[in-house]
Amino acid sequence: MAYEFQYSDFDELLAFSADEVVTHSFVRDVPISNGRTLALITLDNGRDHTRPNTLGPVTLVEFARALDAQRERAGRGEIAGVAVTGKPFILAAGADLSKVGEVPSKDVARKLAQLGHWTYDKLSTLGVPSFVFTNGLALGGGVEIGLNADYRTIDSSAAAIALPEVFLGIIPGWGGAWLLPNLIGIENALRVVLENPLKNNRTLTAQEAYDLGMADAIFGPANFLEDSIAWADGVLSGSIRVERRNAPGRIERTAKWPIAIKIASDTVESRLGHVAKSPWKALELLKSAAKTDKHDGFRAEDEALAELIAGDQFAASIYAFDLVQKRARRPAGAPDAALAKKITKVGVVGAGLMASQFALLFVRRLQVPVLISDLDQERVDKGIAYIRGELETLRSKGRISPDELNRLSALVTGTVDRADYADCDWVIEAVFEELGVKQDVFADIERYVAEDAVLATNTSSLSVDAIGAKLAHPERLVGFHFFNPVAVMPLVEVVRATKTDDVTLATALAVAKNLKKNAVITRDTPGFVVNRVLAKVLGEAMHAVDTGTDFAVVDESIAPFGLPMTAFELLELVGLKVGAHVLDTHHAAFPDRFFESPNLHRLAELGHIFERDGKGRITGVDKRARAIVAGGTTPMTAEQLRVRFEDGLADEVKRMLDDGVVQAAEDIDLCLILGAGYPFQMGGLTPYLDRVGASQRAFGDTFHHPPIAGVA
Amino acid sequence: MAHSPSARPEVVFVDGMRTPFGRAGEKGMYWQTRADDLVVKAMIGVLERNPSIPRDRFDDVAIAATTQQGDQGLTIGRTAAILAGLPKSVPGYALDRMCAGAMTTVTTIAGAIAFGAYDIGIAGGVEHMGRHPMGFGADPNPRFLAERLVSAEALNMGNTAERIHDRFPALTKARADRYAMASQHKAAAAYEAGKIQPDLVPVAIKSENGWGLATRDEALRPETTLEGLAGLKTPFRPHGRVTAGNSSGLNDGATASIIASADAAREFGLAPKMRLVSFAFAGVEPEIMGIGPVPSTEKALRKAGLTIDDIGLFELNEAFAVQVLSLLDHFGIADDDPRVNPWGGAIAFGHPLASSGVRLMIQLARQFEEHPEVRYGLTAMCVGLGQGGSVIWENPLFDGEKK
Repeated sequence: MAYEFQYSDFDELLAFSADEVVTHSFVRDVPISNGRTLALITLDNGRDHTRPNTLGPVTLVEFARALDAQRERAGRGEIAGVAVTGKPFILAAGADLSKVGEVPSKDVARKLAQLGHWTYDKLSTLGVPSFVFTNGLALGGGVEIGLNADYRTIDSSAAAIALPEVFLGIIPGWGGAWLLPNLIGIENALRVVLENPLKNNRTLTAQEAYDLGMADAIFGPANFLEDSIAWADGVLSGSIRVERRNAPGRIERTAKWPIAIKIASDTVESRLGHVAKSPWKALELLKSAAKTDKHDGFRAEDEALAELIAGDQFAASIYAFDLVQKRARRPAGAPDAALAKKITKVGVVGAGLMASQFALLFVRRLQVPVLISDLDQERVDKGIAYIRGELETLRSKGRISPDELNRLSALVTGTVDRADYADCDWVIEAVFEELGVKQDVFADIERYVAEDAVLATNTSSLSVDAIGAKLAHPERLVGFHFFNPVAVMPLVEVVRATKTDDVTLATALAVAKNLKKNAVITRDTPGFVVNRVLAKVLGEAMHAVDTGTDFAVVDESIAPFGLPMTAFELLELVGLKVGAHVLDTHHAAFPDRFFESPNLHRLAELGHIFERDGKGRITGVDKRARAIVAGGTTPMTAEQLRVRFEDGLADEVKRMLDDGVVQAAEDIDLCLILGAGYPFQMGGLTPYLDRVGASQRAFGDTFHHPPIAGVA
Repeated sequence: MAHSPSARPEVVFVDGMRTPFGRAGEKGMYWQTRADDLVVKAMIGVLERNPSIPRDRFDDVAIAATTQQGDQGLTIGRTAAILAGLPKSVPGYALDRMCAGAMTTVTTIAGAIAFGAYDIGIAGGVEHMGRHPMGFGADPNPRFLAERLVSAEALNMGNTAERIHDRFPALTKARADRYAMASQHKAAAAYEAGKIQPDLVPVAIKSENGWGLATRDEALRPETTLEGLAGLKTPFRPHGRVTAGNSSGLNDGATASIIASADAAREFGLAPKMRLVSFAFAGVEPEIMGIGPVPSTEKALRKAGLTIDDIGLFELNEAFAVQVLSLLDHFGIADDDPRVNPWGGAIAFGHPLASSGVRLMIQLARQFEEHPEVRYGLTAMCVGLGQGGSVIWENPLFDGEKK
């Protein structure tokens, strides 16, 4: 059955697209050999590269009309082929998400899917061959333009090639899910459609895309368009034959395909479970692409896309995407960035593992002298050796050049004399998490450093104000809370203590930015944001097992969140001792709302909760762990406990907002996404709490107005 | 070991390519294309056509531009080498002799080869007159005028062409127009016969209305008639003789060539298109710069031990028709001599200042292929501020049967 529509079928879409930034379809004729003509369509929204081409309803209709016109010209014998390319550096960054967010109903969502399919499908019915010259960035719907064409070339310098839809809670629904596996084989397609989006939205280089078979030819940037036109000329004249090594054959379709789908399903099952819908929809579509014809594939994509676009998870994902793309770059509550002091030398107090990791990060990102210190030379030497060893490793992996290695190695020095901190303008401590120790360290440092040198503490559980109690100039102290592993986790909670001044705060934010971290400003309250929320979850989880609920029931209760790991796995990951300490400090601060757990201290002595096999996979709960927590007499059902988790979190987050811990619910969500890996489909936390009714139950309102939810 | 004069390395023109030449200005096809991109595309074109040369063997890259700022600045020979993908071990430099820039890059690379310093190099030029109008931003020393070293008129090329008419009354406007029309018609015929296209690199051109592809010179006017030419304004003088029709225009374009020692060409399995015989540059009064090629040609002939009668093909840059005619008259050659610019010249193709010298060589090389009976050819051009440049070439395909 053909895939046919009329322009008028899409009037509903155009109705809410009046303000779309339209990517125009400009057509120019290009002369090729033997007096023939190639019609070259340029997609260009008329903006510079900071506003990439995007694809909304108006854009698609204009593109469809341009293609219709070329089909007519082809019929008259005026053109030998049609090619599509983009504006400089960019083909298209995909569907216009601002428009997708405005889709008012599931039916209109389906229309959006259909319009894309119907438009792109014209590339295969022009009567002459179609080409897409991917001259730069191509994401999602941008990639799918190429997939719908007969032939593809790619610029070796293209910034990124990806189908990120699953990352955003949808599926490649303008042909990608059906066309890609049929072009490059199921295993390659799984990598592009599923694996990469789930690996923190990894993208492909142009060379990788070419190697996978997503392009038939790859050319360098200096002459990309000229070479692509010449190549298309060769294809049209028959002098170039295109072979597609990765295109699936019969055996792949019947044998390899189901196996690959099974393996991928198992991976999704173990990593994500069944909460997130988009990976499963994608798997379903990829699976059926082995046997359905193209237009049936398109129709299946239409249905999947309609359901997902209209659903809660996509709304939450777009919200979350917007947070990490925009809010993360401009911390709410930040003072004028121009106030920030220039950092020319960094001091790190301590030479242990954490201190060494700080030093490594600071020297790599800030490229200024970094001084570490400890009580004895042996520890200092060990720290320096560690840092230089890590730099050597970076060199051996080709991540830094030999010159850079020499530069960075020379910048790192160690001392046992705190007087050497005198010319540091930023000193961060990484000493033992004990108030008296930190107070003394800073009081001592203050004897040597300049009056306006900024002091930063990495405390996770102490009051920054208390740490600064012995300072003559407490206004220069700021909390600077990293997450482990320091080199990887993108979040820093920048804690504005009562006395922290604007210059200090601005400087801390600038440092975070230069470290390529995302900062969220918090007040000096216990646990700041991430640890307070995690303490709530872990405290409730331990309380449940302490009072007789089985470990498995606890896991089951919180499974609907779709978190990256269970509460007990998280406890083992952060360390049971650390976990127990976190619960203790929060219980001390908020005894009526946060549980402490003596049993957790006993589990910490045992050292673990789970039994694991040789590869580290969990095989069950250790019998001794069960014995430690045994004795509770008031077990809860999974349902009871889920409501307890949800309502407890809604209550606590509301309290945090009322208390001004951060500026807005968005900042809580941003912290949890970046610092704790909370999933996009939850929108971090608050959109989830709103949509399951927890906010209403806990405080009779919602965090967001209107709540972040789907239309269906 | 020093080379004795008789044993100096032979220098050959291996190959050359160019971009199509565009019309300068906002309506021109290269308005949104960078000058450095143009010359890089010409370089890549000629490099890709000669893949047997290991890229790291190029000893130097000399690129000329008259106005060396913006996208023609920053030592364009070096930047173009990097942008064209040559190894970073290959050096490069920028050069300026106004209109004879590319010609001078060829002779400069040739000189280094003849000295034995180089084996092979790239020579070429670029001028984006739309982005860099001639003399734009220049700051002539006030002494030129105060001491009457050079009259103000000398800085305007049209005026210098009018001065040739003054000096040689036999060079009438009618002759200039007829010559100009012939240039347009010969160029059109050459395009029709596919003589020009093989040495053009197509250039993707950005515009407000999407990407296009430049595949031929933009300023060609095959429809030119004497009547049409007669009616054109004379912008440099009331009732003057120099018009837009009998002059080259304002253009954007780039050229690139590979110049090598004969030994290197052999080593890389190349078939050189021309052998360098001699070259010369000469100065004349800036006010009448168009006659510059006369003394430079005489000097080059003398150095080569040849006479004008030995020259079987001429590629003369047509900055102005009258300026070409002054050379032809000087040497007693007819205005319509078939040896002269057989495929037309700059009046038709355009004259992006510092790039043009290599275009002359590209066309002479092609004509050598078609004329094995011709042994020697001349490329010559006038240069602003009163200079001429001439290079004499020998046809490697010469078969000894002089017609």
